[in-house]
Amino acid sequence: MEGILAFITTLFVFSVVNGTPLLFGTLGEILTEKSGNLNLGVEGIMFMGGAAGLGGAFYYEKFVGPQNAVSLVGLLIAIACAFLVGALAALLFSFLTITLRANQNVTGLALTIFGTGAGQFMGEYMRVQEGGYISIVQKAAFESSPFPAFLRDIPVLGPILFQHSLLTYIGIVLALGMAFFLNKTRKGLYLRSVGESPSTADAAGINVTRYKYFATVIGGGISAIGGMAYITGIAGGVWNHEGLSGVGWLAVALVIFCLWKPTSAIWGSFLFGCLQILYLRLELPFIPAQIYKILPYVVTLLVLILSSIRNNREKQPPASLGLPYFREER
Amino acid sequence: MRNASLPSIRLAKRTDAMNPVFVWLIRLCSIILALLIGSLLLAALGYSPIDTFATIIEGATGSSVYLRQTIKIAVPLLGCALAIAPCFKMRFWNIGAEGQITAGAVGATFFALNFADSMPAYLLLPVMAIAAIVCGGIWALIPAFFKAKWNTNETLFTLMMNYIIIGIVRWLQGGPWENNGPGGKGSQKIAMFGDAAKLPTVLGIHCGWIIILVLTVLMYIYMQHTKQGYEIAVIGDSANTARYAGMNVGKIMMRTMFLSGAISGLVGFIIVSGADHTLSANVAGGVGFTAITVAWLAQLNPFAMIVIASLLAILEKGALTAYRSLNVPATIAEILTGFILLCMLGCEFFVNYRLSVHHRKEG
Repeated sequence: MEGILAFITTLFVFSVVNGTPLLFGTLGEILTEKSGNLNLGVEGIMFMGGAAGLGGAFYYEKFVGPQNAVSLVGLLIAIACAFLVGALAALLFSFLTITLRANQNVTGLALTIFGTGAGQFMGEYMRVQEGGYISIVQKAAFESSPFPAFLRDIPVLGPILFQHSLLTYIGIVLALGMAFFLNKTRKGLYLRSVGESPSTADAAGINVTRYKYFATVIGGGISAIGGMAYITGIAGGVWNHEGLSGVGWLAVALVIFCLWKPTSAIWGSFLFGCLQILYLRLELPFIPAQIYKILPYVVTLLVLILSSIRNNREKQPPASLGLPYFREER
Repeated sequence: MRNASLPSIRLAKRTDAMNPVFVWLIRLCSIILALLIGSLLLAALGYSPIDTFATIIEGATGSSVYLRQTIKIAVPLLGCALAIAPCFKMRFWNIGAEGQITAGAVGATFFALNFADSMPAYLLLPVMAIAAIVCGGIWALIPAFFKAKWNTNETLFTLMMNYIIIGIVRWLQGGPWENNGPGGKGSQKIAMFGDAAKLPTVLGIHCGWIIILVLTVLMYIYMQHTKQGYEIAVIGDSANTARYAGMNVGKIMMRTMFLSGAISGLVGFIIVSGADHTLSANVAGGVGFTAITVAWLAQLNPFAMIVIASLLAILEKGALTAYRSLNVPATIAEILTGFILLCMLGCEFFVNYRLSVHHRKEG
């Protein structure tokens, strides 16, 4: 019995570690999609965020000297760099799709092609410039829990509640904040109305363009933090493009899985994180490891199909998702 | 909304068709702009832009060997862009070409692995091609069915289908199809195909290029001069109009998606049989995604796709040479491709809209 409990606790802790990048990626994309913009550039944005976050923390340490560097400052710089790069990329996406009226799907894919290339380029370039691979030395704030030892040492509850990294808690607070914003504030209501029916929102005097821009840009920044969380949290502060590839697409899937609800994104991302590593910890007969890995996509597909068959209004994508809104053309 | 913030610029949709020469001039300018931005980036990083571009062009077209490798890259890109064209014309956002290529490759590989010894090439290759067409087609038909029946979001559906089939190939690679030969166990690799399952070469390149060029012409005719092509165009303009005109929109959707998946599947067959001679999870390697941008930027015109696919292939092949001789990271190809795609996407605005500056009288 104790063995099973210990196993579940460990599995949970690792699921949360693996789910944290997904949580940020998903939250960013939820905000974006709530405005009716389908940004398929998340994969590219997370690549760039990962490289920029790593670069920010690394050059900060290099600047003040690895021994003098304060880990928390490094983390904040990494978050800021990732957010900034992601927001800039999303700004480009917004400019092309909202102002210049380019097709969202195609622009998103182009951004992914550009972003994965740019992220990899930054990672490689830093490695070549610094000679050998670069890594973060002061990793405390990136990896360990902000809570005091007596809380972390509580049996079972300690690991489940208090042992995660600071970024995980930031992600959870962000999710709760986003849920509050979307459901309880006027601006959140306006944003949702823009995503559901831009022409109605426009007629009601809501500045559709501004809402779309803000949601997409901030969403892009949040998604990019997810890439940074992967590189610093899972890859151990070293550039690893192979591990990062696919995380962004998984985040797009997760948005559907949690039906565009930020609070569901919390447990959804931990569940997906669990499915990503479950094959390492629990070998079931007849189910090969690679089949485990496609489970998130299969489950997402089932959710998508079932929600469209049931046609429940609460569980649909934003009605104008992926569709352009041009005032003159309605 | 836009005019509220920038009162002096007005924009209007062009009602008259622009002179096509002028249109392509704008697009050319956007490519040049993208290359200029790329040059600035290269210069900022300490590489000579002129040397880099010269090396890229030299490395992609400088000798017949290089040229063949470049064409090898362009063939699947063009083929897959052709597959995308009818869906996008219909405004059915099929972003699952990556998975449809892979599904086709799986179908072809099944026959290549099991019948290479017992069937002659002239029989085996058509069988592989048909298997690829059917598998790719079915993989595309599934999302189309749900779209037609329950209006399930096709963008998200086709996207998920990619990762499912790629995961299945990973499983095949390490499991049932893993190479059983000497040194094969535990390699996570599928055996190389027998000679009967390899596409013959013409002019030093596997004959997939001929298939795709023929397909380019056929696709042009299909889109422009057939009843089915016309139906696709009508649905793309307005699904409701098509319904009023008595078209069975769901059926046309499924038919078109099957066709699209079938062509992608055929591309998968060409890749495994012509280029890779084996199957891996990376068989599509992003071609399905890049091809979407190729098709869209070519305005879904098959002949324009040849130009854009070639341009991207030159960048990709040339960047490898630039990496080897100038130590420019090879990912510069993706960055330059990204610049070109994003600039071209932006420039379409100036093709479709007319900007006029009005001086507002302050009063």
